[in-house]
Amino acid sequence: MDTLVAQLQRQFRDYTISLYHQGFLDDQFTELKKLQDECSPDFVAEVVSLFFEDCEKLIGNMARALDQTGNVDFNLVGSSVHQLKGSSSSVGAKRVKGLCITFKECCDSQNFEGCVRCLQQVDIEYKSLKAKLQDLFNLEQQIVQAGGRIPQVDI
Amino acid sequence: MFQSFLSQLITDMNWAALNNPNPEEKEPKSSDFYHLGAIDLPEKPRKIDFWRSGLMGFAKMKQQQQQLQHSVAVKMNSSSNEQVGNNKKGSTFIQEHRALLPKGLILWTIFVGFISRGIYQWMDDSSKVRREEVLVSMCDQRARMLQDQFSVSVNHVHALAILVSTFHYHKNPSAIDQGTFADYTARTAFERPLLSGVAYAEKVVNAEREMFESQHNWVIKTMDTGEPSPVRDEYAPVIFSQDSVSYLESLDMMSGEEDRENILRARETGKAVLTSPFRLLASHHLGVVLTFPVYKASLPKNPTVQERIAATAGYLGGAFDVESLVENLLGQLAGNQAIVVHVYDITNASDPLVMYGNQDEEGDTSLYHESKLDFGDPFRKHKMICRYLQKAPIPLNVLTTVPLFFGICFLVGYILYSAGVHIVKVEDDFHEMQELKVRAEAADVAKSQFLATVSHEIRTPMNGILGMLAMLLDTELSSTQRDYAQTAQICGKALIALINEVLDRAKIEAGKLELESVPFDIRSILDDVLSLFSEESRNKRIELAVFVSDKVPEIVKGDSGRFRQIIINLVGNSVKFTEKGHIFVKVHLAEQAKDGAESNGVVSEDMIVASKPSSYNTLSGYEAADGRNSWDSFKHLVSEEELSLLEFDTSSSNVRLMVSIEDTGIGIPLAAQGRVFMPFMQADSSTSRTYGGTGIGLSISKCLVELMRGQISFVSRPRIGSTFWFTAVFDKCEKCSLKKPTVENLPSSFRGMRAIVVDAKPVRAAVTRYHMKRLGINVDVMTSLRTAVSSVTGRNGSSPLPLGTTKLDMILVEKDSWISTEDIDSEIRQMNSRTNGNVHHKTPKLALFATNITNSEFDRAKSAGFADTVIMKPLRASMIGACLQQVLELRKTRQQHPEGSSPATLKSLLTGKKILVVDDNMVNRRVAAGALKKFGAEVVCAESGQVALGLLQIPHSFDACFMDIQMPQMDGFEATRQIRMMEKEAKEKTKLEWHLPILAMTADVIHATYEECLKSGMDGYVSKPFEEENLYKSVAKSFKANPISDLSCSQS
Repeated sequence: MDTLVAQLQRQFRDYTISLYHQGFLDDQFTELKKLQDECSPDFVAEVVSLFFEDCEKLIGNMARALDQTGNVDFNLVGSSVHQLKGSSSSVGAKRVKGLCITFKECCDSQNFEGCVRCLQQVDIEYKSLKAKLQDLFNLEQQIVQAGGRIPQVDI
Repeated sequence: MFQSFLSQLITDMNWAALNNPNPEEKEPKSSDFYHLGAIDLPEKPRKIDFWRSGLMGFAKMKQQQQQLQHSVAVKMNSSSNEQVGNNKKGSTFIQEHRALLPKGLILWTIFVGFISRGIYQWMDDSSKVRREEVLVSMCDQRARMLQDQFSVSVNHVHALAILVSTFHYHKNPSAIDQGTFADYTARTAFERPLLSGVAYAEKVVNAEREMFESQHNWVIKTMDTGEPSPVRDEYAPVIFSQDSVSYLESLDMMSGEEDRENILRARETGKAVLTSPFRLLASHHLGVVLTFPVYKASLPKNPTVQERIAATAGYLGGAFDVESLVENLLGQLAGNQAIVVHVYDITNASDPLVMYGNQDEEGDTSLYHESKLDFGDPFRKHKMICRYLQKAPIPLNVLTTVPLFFGICFLVGYILYSAGVHIVKVEDDFHEMQELKVRAEAADVAKSQFLATVSHEIRTPMNGILGMLAMLLDTELSSTQRDYAQTAQICGKALIALINEVLDRAKIEAGKLELESVPFDIRSILDDVLSLFSEESRNKRIELAVFVSDKVPEIVKGDSGRFRQIIINLVGNSVKFTEKGHIFVKVHLAEQAKDGAESNGVVSEDMIVASKPSSYNTLSGYEAADGRNSWDSFKHLVSEEELSLLEFDTSSSNVRLMVSIEDTGIGIPLAAQGRVFMPFMQADSSTSRTYGGTGIGLSISKCLVELMRGQISFVSRPRIGSTFWFTAVFDKCEKCSLKKPTVENLPSSFRGMRAIVVDAKPVRAAVTRYHMKRLGINVDVMTSLRTAVSSVTGRNGSSPLPLGTTKLDMILVEKDSWISTEDIDSEIRQMNSRTNGNVHHKTPKLALFATNITNSEFDRAKSAGFADTVIMKPLRASMIGACLQQVLELRKTRQQHPEGSSPATLKSLLTGKKILVVDDNMVNRRVAAGALKKFGAEVVCAESGQVALGLLQIPHSFDACFMDIQMPQMDGFEATRQIRMMEKEAKEKTKLEWHLPILAMTADVIHATYEECLKSGMDGYVSKPFEEENLYKSVAKSFKANPISDLSCSQS
């Protein structure tokens, strides 16, 4: 039992570190984790799921806006990107945030191709992050189920 | 313009026109460009106007100002044709008519030529008039004289006639015969120099001829042939003749036509008559024959012609040599060379006969004068014509005056011309420069933008670095690690400051820099600076120390950033150029320095050189350039402080500080000392290669010092070192305290402790003592470790003095003193063990000061009992504090670690508070809420400004509001404005003052945003995502500042 927990814990630690190293997450995520305590045990999961919902909605909006050939409202796209940037920096989704910055620039310069490219990348990126975080939460759950404590991971 | 631009762009990219409500935002570059240009305008043209109007006095300043503005505006907005036209009008009269300049010069030259000609004419005329006058007077004079001479001669002939009449006819028998006459006339010939000879012819009528001829024994002959005269009515044979004309004897004078007429005329008039001129026989000169009648009896008064003829006895005649006469006459007069004289017989006016003068010798035909001559013969008329021999020469004054006049006028014209050309050129240059200036201004704007962009780009990662460092400092660190991390943080902050300074440099150059006036702690600033350079100085093994006189107030008001910048500059230079020895920063009042200098007298450089001791009483023992920091004067400073600590002059409201930075570096070559404060000047080019740097630091420092109403100067001796010093005036700030506690708040747990500092070098000891004093530790200085040890252990009979009575907490040993004292280790160990054994005495802790320490030395120190308490220099109060805390195990009471304490404080601040979080971003809202909840606050969320307004209808129970700035529909600024308005209305209605602290949440924390926040009524801002420290600061500030919120809290 203990070996399982230890293994899971190590796995969790490695996975978390890899997420940081690969640039999916940044310190804000750590901060977020710090905010989670007994009073709000699912705080991170809640915020993250909010974030992904937000992502989905915004990406949908942007896709629609960019789909209108010849009549693209870049302001609309820009404000969505800004929202997305704010959200991603709040949860510490580093890659998404980085993409958003590029996206915003494309938007400002009304670079249609750039925008479409960025949108695609953001879509991919947030989905992969979602998958990774899903994995991470699954691991957490497993640890909890196995009766272990979720280890503190220092980056 | 923008619309057309955009639509152009869009059609280019095959996109339909889009609804851009705010096109300026899309084109920040051009709009900013325009904006900045427009703002800068009104000041700059004035400067140019000044010299421009100086150059051309007639230009109207106001007009030009307008034109300049136009011209700049044209650059900004070149589509406005009207303004281009206005710009053209900026050229002046001269510039507009530049093509006329050469024509003007030519016209002027011609005009001057005419004038010169006129002047010449006038002068020539006047000289001609003068010449004529001269000629007239000369001619008249000659004529008069000739006339006189002639009449004299005639008179003589007259006299001769009377003689003949008297002695030949009135005597009987005649008293005169040929012999007598010849003799007499020969003897009186001097009286008639011009008469070649005289002869007397008697009037013989035909009836008397026989008698006459027989009487004289000769026949009357004719003049032409010498033959006996044919029969005539009357004869006039010569009876008496002068010897020179003896050939005339017996010739009948009436036989010659002319002579006969003469004779007839003479006897009719009774006067001398003249013949027309003819060549005389003897001399071939032109001459006339003068004939004078001799009457027998005395005539009645007014005789008639008949009476005269009847009374005629004979005729006296003489040949008059006119040529000789005139010649003679002219010879007597001055200036006869200059004029040509002609005498004419003009009896027959149509055919004037020359009496005198060479007909070929014309002379100056242009000018002549005629004078009438009267030789006493009314029948004949004569005249004299005078001419100048030479043509009138052009007078010298005319020759000089006219060309001179022409030359001067031409030169004046040329000068005006070239001035005009020059003005045109200057004007052209001016316009060109104006254009360049506009371009330069544009470039300047671009540069500023670039700087702003770059600095912003640098700031972003720097914020990351600083944040990480702050987090690092929150973790458990050893004192060294902590110091490193703190140094890194300070460096990072300095870098941020530097970026601001780069921006400010432009301001300095433009003279727009304004110093701020905030209270600050000089000592902590100096500590910061020291820590910046501590690593470098340690690596170079140079001692870096700071000393602030106790008289310097704790807190002064001034521009701490600038002050710090100056010191960093100077210390940075010192560190750069120093390889051995020390750098010593000393701050004291300027008045103190004066006193010190007075009491010590000025140490002349010669004296220092002459008395070269092996070691100097400076910080490190190396020689320093300025003697003022040596112990002799320093002692004075220190002792004075102790004596007169309270004599501080509190009357004046400001304080003049003197900061000196002494190093023992390479010094500044004498030749380069003059240009040290010039920008971009280093001692020589090799310096910049060896040491790097641009050399702008000192010039900026100089500007800043001058802004602080101070002076900067230095003393430097090559290879010995430099001492820079500057003064600066700060406001006193006795009552004000610093708003925010300094990061390095000194621990107070050392107050009242005692320590012994062992150091052989008094200056260094004083520095150590200064830092210890700041920690509240009383310090005794001992010069040798041995005496210190013995005084502690109470050996050698020396009473342990204060130690016996009060506790001694620590002994701080300078490494040099320890190394130089041999065999002391065992004693120290002994002392340690002894005191350790003594339960009543608290063990004095041992600590070692060192600039650098080798491993072996470190081991030795450990074994000697210094434990791990080697305090690395440069000394800073906070660092000593940190180290001593470690030694004395005072960690529990540490204060400078915010870790643990700050969240606790934040918690205490926020617990139970009801806070409204307004953010349109769901995720952000959740995170913010989570963070605030963690600190115990009760959080209500609102997803837009309108919702927030609804929630905040007065009365409400919120204690604070965190407001996102960028929100759709209603942004944070607008929401805040409305909230404030509501509060105002509520105040008017209910007389209850409401003020909800509103904090902006924003991702970019630039200054402008902050200002905007304040403008719209916010109380502060927190950066997003939340940082503990930042959050704490903002919250603490606004909560403390608003007791009303507490009130409302308690009400709720």
